[in-house]
Amino acid sequence: MQSFWRDTVEFFPILLNGVALTIIVTIGSLLLSTVLGLLWALMRVSGIGVLSGVSASLINVIRGIPIIVLLFYLYFVMPDLGVTLSALQAAILGLGIAYSAYQAENFRAGIEAIDRGQIEAAQSIGMGWWLTMRRVVLPQAVRIALPPYGNVMIMMLKDSSQASTITVAELALQGKLIASSTFKNTSVFTLVALMYLTMSIPLILLVRHFEKRAGKR
Amino acid sequence: MIELSDVHKSFGKVEVLKGITASVEKGEVVCIVGPSGSGKSTILRCINGLESYDRGEISVEGLRVNRDAPSIVAIRTQVSMVFQRFNLFPHRTALENVVEGPLYVKQEPRAQALERGRALLAQVGLAEKADAHPPQLSGGQQQRVAIARALAMQPKAILFDEPTSALDPELVGDVLSVMRKLADDGMTMVVVTHEMGFARDVADRVLFIDGGVIVEQGPAKTVLNQPQHPRTQDFLRRVLHPL
Repeated sequence: MQSFWRDTVEFFPILLNGVALTIIVTIGSLLLSTVLGLLWALMRVSGIGVLSGVSASLINVIRGIPIIVLLFYLYFVMPDLGVTLSALQAAILGLGIAYSAYQAENFRAGIEAIDRGQIEAAQSIGMGWWLTMRRVVLPQAVRIALPPYGNVMIMMLKDSSQASTITVAELALQGKLIASSTFKNTSVFTLVALMYLTMSIPLILLVRHFEKRAGKR
Repeated sequence: MIELSDVHKSFGKVEVLKGITASVEKGEVVCIVGPSGSGKSTILRCINGLESYDRGEISVEGLRVNRDAPSIVAIRTQVSMVFQRFNLFPHRTALENVVEGPLYVKQEPRAQALERGRALLAQVGLAEKADAHPPQLSGGQQQRVAIARALAMQPKAILFDEPTSALDPELVGDVLSVMRKLADDGMTMVVVTHEMGFARDVADRVLFIDGGVIVEQGPAKTVLNQPQHPRTQDFLRRVLHPL
């Protein structure tokens, strides 16, 4: 136990650098996946055949490819096609694209849960498609989509560790590097696990708050 | 101001409107009565483009109703609709529901829209409920907010789709009296309803619809008191004397 505290004091500052990158990757890919997911969902419900078809196939393609392969593709294959991305850029882009499929399905479920009468009421006062979405459908859909959105946040925080496979020195990779140079596997990985848990707990509480609020209505 | 000529409409293989020809003059109150599934609501929904129609022509103030054309927005801002199930926006207060169209569709100045919104809520007897959300209101109150929302567009006509059918019986009167006042003020109204008393007292004209056609029409008292067609007679007997 004593050696664990000594190791903690020694490794904690290095692992904190990893935490910073973990947070950057998580927030970056969360924002990207939210924007893309919303775009796919709106295309899907647009009522325009081409757009909804493109969106549906895109979602299926993304869902059918493992995140790790997507990351390899962006980081190792894109340079051959003349697009060179830094490891961090590739990680954010890859995770953002991968998660956009899940976000899209989540948003679509929220949008489609809105009563048809709401849309008719909006149309009957002269609102067009976009105004109906912005003022009537999306504000209500967001409330429905929030609890699952919170769960996606937690999953993304943990899946940001996959960025380690393309050399982003986030928390998991920092841990692995320290462990393999000091052989203090137990201390290091216990510390890494505790740090992920510490970051997850606020998110878990947030989801619980969302769920309580959704249950009230 | 509203003209329908030989309007046909099918849902799949079922033809619900089989050639409806009718007109509504400015300031007129027309009640549409008839059995369920006869196509009454579909007529209203076609007039403001919530449904398309297959054949014939509908026009509002000379403007052809085509739900896929940009002109539909102009028609909808002139012809408001009140729904059976109110369809208020639950995430906005009563006042916000009322001013939503003026602010975001007609781009009226905020202060002016809010002032008129409050006046309209007062007109339907709900001045003190301006900040309540729809789930906190009774059905009758929600429907009156919906009427205020329709009025806020300053429409030339209002379509009512069974406005009291979803209400508890003791709340029907509040909504009907608001509608009666509107009629007295000269609002053009087309009302699909099962309230025969309202139709008899308030409507100028009644259309009796069955099986997608207008079976009988005329002045309200004539159609409802001395119906000529056997189907109208039968329907009214059932509605007025259900036992």
